[in-house]
Amino acid sequence: MKLTALVPQRSLWDTVLPNLVMLGSAIAAFLGIIFLLFVLAERSPNKIQNILKYVVFLAPAAVLLLIGLIYPAIRTLIYSFMNDDSSKFIGFENYVWAFTIPEIRIVLRNTLIWTILVPVLATGTGLAIAYMTDRMKRAAVIKSLIFMPMAISFVGAGIIWRFVYTYEANLKRPEIGLLSSIWRAMEWEPRNWLLEAPLNTLLLIVVMVWIQTGFAMVVLSAAMKNIPDEIIEASLLDGTSNWRRFTKITIPMIRATIVVVLTTITIGTLKVFDIVRTMTGGNFKTNVIANEMYSQSFRQMNYGTGSALAIILFIAIIPIIIYNVRQLRLERTER
Amino acid sequence: MSIFRRRAIGLGVIVTASLLVLAGCSSESDSAGGGTENCEAYAEYAGNEGTTVEIYTTIISPEADLFVQSFQEFQDCTGITINWNGSQEFEAQISVRVEGGTAPDLAIFPQPGLLAKFAGNGLVPAPAKVADSVDANYTADWKNYGTGPDGVFYAAPLGANVKSFVWYSPKTFADNGWSIPTTWAELLALSDEVAAGGDIQPWCAGFGSGDATGWVGTDWMEDLMLRFSDAATYDAWVSHDIAFNDPKVQTVIDEAAKILKNPDYVGDVASIATTTFQEGGAGIVDGTCAMHRQASFIGGILAADYGATIVNPEDTDVEGGITTFYFPGVSADQTPALGGGEFVGAFSDRPEVQAVQHYLTTPDWNNKKAALGGWFSANLGLDTANVADPVNKVAVEILQNATTFRFDASDLMPAAVGAGSFWKEMTAWVAENKSSKAVLDAIEASWPAN
Repeated sequence: MKLTALVPQRSLWDTVLPNLVMLGSAIAAFLGIIFLLFVLAERSPNKIQNILKYVVFLAPAAVLLLIGLIYPAIRTLIYSFMNDDSSKFIGFENYVWAFTIPEIRIVLRNTLIWTILVPVLATGTGLAIAYMTDRMKRAAVIKSLIFMPMAISFVGAGIIWRFVYTYEANLKRPEIGLLSSIWRAMEWEPRNWLLEAPLNTLLLIVVMVWIQTGFAMVVLSAAMKNIPDEIIEASLLDGTSNWRRFTKITIPMIRATIVVVLTTITIGTLKVFDIVRTMTGGNFKTNVIANEMYSQSFRQMNYGTGSALAIILFIAIIPIIIYNVRQLRLERTER
Repeated sequence: MSIFRRRAIGLGVIVTASLLVLAGCSSESDSAGGGTENCEAYAEYAGNEGTTVEIYTTIISPEADLFVQSFQEFQDCTGITINWNGSQEFEAQISVRVEGGTAPDLAIFPQPGLLAKFAGNGLVPAPAKVADSVDANYTADWKNYGTGPDGVFYAAPLGANVKSFVWYSPKTFADNGWSIPTTWAELLALSDEVAAGGDIQPWCAGFGSGDATGWVGTDWMEDLMLRFSDAATYDAWVSHDIAFNDPKVQTVIDEAAKILKNPDYVGDVASIATTTFQEGGAGIVDGTCAMHRQASFIGGILAADYGATIVNPEDTDVEGGITTFYFPGVSADQTPALGGGEFVGAFSDRPEVQAVQHYLTTPDWNNKKAALGGWFSANLGLDTANVADPVNKVAVEILQNATTFRFDASDLMPAAVGAGSFWKEMTAWVAENKSSKAVLDAIEASWPAN
């Protein structure tokens, strides 16, 4: 007979301590390497010192880029030419699949609707609000309220708006959807908002616009502040109408910023998947590329098709990024 | 008597009780060293004093604590120390440990697919004693799930779960004079009767589950497949030996449509797709619907989020009280069960490892573990008197009376179907009123070619 050993009773500290030690040694090792590099740099001849200077400052960023961006990108590219568990090379089959499955037409159509509507609507409303609140007293309150959704994650926003769109078919049960309640209060017949295509895609787009308007407003408002006062005063003296001043002075003066905001939101929209995933799960004809990519890779465990969709998305974004970078350069040279 | 005195007495009771508890604790450790009275039962495991057996598993605290507690007497009497090693990384780590030569003595596999990976590849075939005990204490279906693709029996069943439930409110049923149906025809007749009453919707259903929307529909299909076809057809359906749009599957989806696509039973069919599976069961709590088909776990959700109380079928006076009956077969004597379970496989043939593996298959341990609460198994020797929870009690009855037992089919199908098209198409089936034939054809087309 012996005393029983229970499950080793591990206290919180027992679990935390090894991790803390590991974290500490990692930081120490990192600092040690940096220190060593600096010592080496200081003691070396001038010419090498110059080269070392670049190495020391660029190496960490380069290493991180390599691990976090370039390596995964190359792997994804390779996976996209392989089968579901990446054990066999199958050529362009995944790409053929991506453009021939019946559902892909809905996915591509939706992605197109998203990338056209969201940037235009978000930038448009952002621009309007920025212009209206420009030179307005207490504009900060309005601006912070409109900017606030930016602080909410896409998933959080999706859940909030799902409650707005909830629909209860059984009249004996309480209606908790805001939109349906408003409809009933107006004595209209509410619809099952998230179910009816293409209405549901438009309702999802509203969520994205709700989040992005704040971003557009803040950036455009800052650009408007940069317009020299003399020009505005001159136009006031000439007696231009508000609308003319907006179209002939404000917009041309901040044109470059508008383009940057538009392209930034477009890139964000192409990648959108959280909203679709939390609100409809890509069902009811609301699917978009990024959601299908996630579903293929991590739900259906087909890394081949998932990677192919990722590469297609990547290629679709490249031209916009190039355009965006060019615009930024242009803007810089203008100043 | 003043309130103060009553409180003082109450306080006294509490103090005395806690002292007793404390005394209980200390005497327990005394007796553990001194000798336990019921050790004769463990005579067959003698000769292993001072050995240790590691059990590697996904089951972690707090569930693990009850397992450890259930081993207490075994450990005291046999001198075998059971080292319960629970880790959420089990599924990833088990391969690493087996390949790295540090395999655990025993591993609890949460699904047969993972078990199959190690059949003939590290797992030690179960000794005759374990196999005999499993033959005696479990139905043949459970032994089959513990058998590898090579036909060798490796792993003994442990815990179980059951999906073939219809949830209902005993109060609603008693108030309206409805009785529990025992056949599929009776179930439909009852649904008609409820619908004719006009006040209560016969069924509530919700397919919504984020990116897994539609899985509830696959469970309906699986349960009905076991009822309208035989087990062999079910297996052929899982392994794609019959096509997904086979007439036999067509029969099953048509039967499912009798409830799920009948507006008289479920109200607005399309909104099933936008109702979450949690919300789907809420109607039986507030009395707006009569029946809801869902696995055992929904009870916890309805109790926590919708104010339900889990009651016995006899408790017909509890407002918001819910419980379950068996999702009936085509005839009263056809009682298949859909569910899941864990399996204990050994990576070592040391006698103490085999002793523990055997002990876990005995009715003795299964009763001891079930009596601690919140757990049941398919062990035929498990006495329902030891299962306190009313739903678990029904589950044990279902398992012990099961003519066939099968695991969830969609979990066993390729992920492209089981976690992809099957979910999506069942959703489209209700949401877009897609025809049964179009649904089955689409799933068949998505089955990965090998």
